[in-house]
Amino acid sequence: MASVSGFGRWARRAIIGLPYAWLLLFFLLPFAIVVKISFAEALIAVPPYTELLRWIDGRLQLGATIENYLFLFTDKLYVLAYLNSLKIAAVSTLVCLLIGYPMAWAIARSSPSTRNVLLLLVVLPSWTSFLIRVYAWMGILSNTGYLNSLFTGLGLVDSPVQMLRTDLAVYIGIVYTYLPFMVLPIYTNLVRLDYSLVEAARDLGAPPWRCMLQIVLPLSSGGIIAGCMLVFIPATGEFIIPELLGGADTLMIGKVLWQEFFNNRDWPVASAVAILLLLILLVPIAIYYRQHAPGTAAAAVDVKQQAPEARA
Amino acid sequence: MTTANGPSRLTRFWLWCGFAFLYVPMGILILYSFNESRLVTVWAGFSVKWYGELFRDRQIIDGVLLSLRVAALAASGAMLLGTLAGLALSRLGLFRGRSLFGAMVTAPLVMPEVITGLSLLLLFVALSQLIGWPGQRGALTIWIAHVTFCTAYVTVVVAARLAELDESIEEAALDLGATPWRAFLFVTLPIISPALLAGWLLSFTLSLDDLVIASFVTGPGASTLPIVVFSSVRLGVSPKINALASILIVLVAAGTFFAWWVASRVGRRASR
Repeated sequence: MASVSGFGRWARRAIIGLPYAWLLLFFLLPFAIVVKISFAEALIAVPPYTELLRWIDGRLQLGATIENYLFLFTDKLYVLAYLNSLKIAAVSTLVCLLIGYPMAWAIARSSPSTRNVLLLLVVLPSWTSFLIRVYAWMGILSNTGYLNSLFTGLGLVDSPVQMLRTDLAVYIGIVYTYLPFMVLPIYTNLVRLDYSLVEAARDLGAPPWRCMLQIVLPLSSGGIIAGCMLVFIPATGEFIIPELLGGADTLMIGKVLWQEFFNNRDWPVASAVAILLLLILLVPIAIYYRQHAPGTAAAAVDVKQQAPEARA
Repeated sequence: MTTANGPSRLTRFWLWCGFAFLYVPMGILILYSFNESRLVTVWAGFSVKWYGELFRDRQIIDGVLLSLRVAALAASGAMLLGTLAGLALSRLGLFRGRSLFGAMVTAPLVMPEVITGLSLLLLFVALSQLIGWPGQRGALTIWIAHVTFCTAYVTVVVAARLAELDESIEEAALDLGATPWRAFLFVTLPIISPALLAGWLLSFTLSLDDLVIASFVTGPGASTLPIVVFSSVRLGVSPKINALASILIVLVAAGTFFAWWVASRVGRRASR
């Protein structure tokens, strides 16, 4: 029996009750409000939406509408924004995997003492500011940026190449900022891999590419899935990167939600956009949770907190 | 597990290419923060004048102070709630509503930021309609939002530490006559304190870094550093922001390597 379970009834109640009440109030209730407002109508008032339950002529009336959701499916902008977000997130995830897997492999195959330093170098950028890292690419990719100066200086191009404010810049930004989230779970998986299996296969005459494809890849599928979800889920709802690096025509759903809310002040439609986004992301979220034991979303935290002393 | 032969030359080369990809953009940022020219991308000689400009920019300094205050308070709040939640989940067995509790604790980890921000703002608006609180959004509402999502991270860190903690140590204390409270304060708490510290630091950096959620729940006059930076870089690259970015990167790198150095020294002493 642990110390805490020997506490009195009131102490136990406080340990459970305090965080429970906080989360009910500031996590579950807000979420219920979003659902509620997604069924309301927009108004020019404070707050700018109608109440679902109204007293009209002494009767309680329910005024819910699914118009907002229908609107999302009929207006091409939203459908395109959802599809485009999924596409951009999927392609970026794939690129992250292609870059990150060999990196994770190289780190896992290094000697234990250098592993820690290499790992630290992978996660260090994610401790600096996300915004600053996206910003760094603005200077590199802009028409007067470092890359274009280099190109014109070398005589490769006559006029600057438009790179900032394109989809390409969004891809680069996502891969750059989320790469550590791909490397770490794969590394965690690869470092536990029993390398004697590979050696056995080599001794039996398997060429290296077959060892990789038939032994290492299948054994590290858990890390691959975790890494892919950790990149794909936040990238789909990303706002900062399409806003700063993407063009006016770069449609991503996080940006659309932001504009719907702040520029158009249409709270009901913004709420419907949020709910639909969450419904779409439920599939990858479920895959991610199945990969990890329920209740421990450890990998996401790992990347962020990869304490230098944590892993040998 | 063997490490008979290290990584092949090709993968090692790939690894260093990956590091170059991660670090060259930041290096350029630091290099050009010392650029004399206002045109960020044209080198016009070494100068530290943008650092001077940065420290004279009231808006940025105010943003830094507000961000530090919110981050320190949010990290402390999240550490408290997250530790309680971690204890509840890993030490109190089954209780009513445990699965809902577990789901609520971890959900913020995978929730897109725009949704978290939107939902909290709608809550604050509804509450102020209903009970008149919070009257005005600002530092307090940002603090509440940050405590909520940082609690999730602290909970996972603390629960992981509790899971690998050998319960027999606590049992020994109890068998030797310690009350549960004493055993908790003098045995459990010291053992999990590195996790509490890690959770606090993690929350602190998460709160400092957050732009999206803070933008939703903030009110007039309360602009955290990311909000100030964002509204500035939206208009384009600026040498002052380069200087700010360089300071941030150097601080984080120095802090990290100091922590690593301390940890490795402690580790060596422990193994001796």
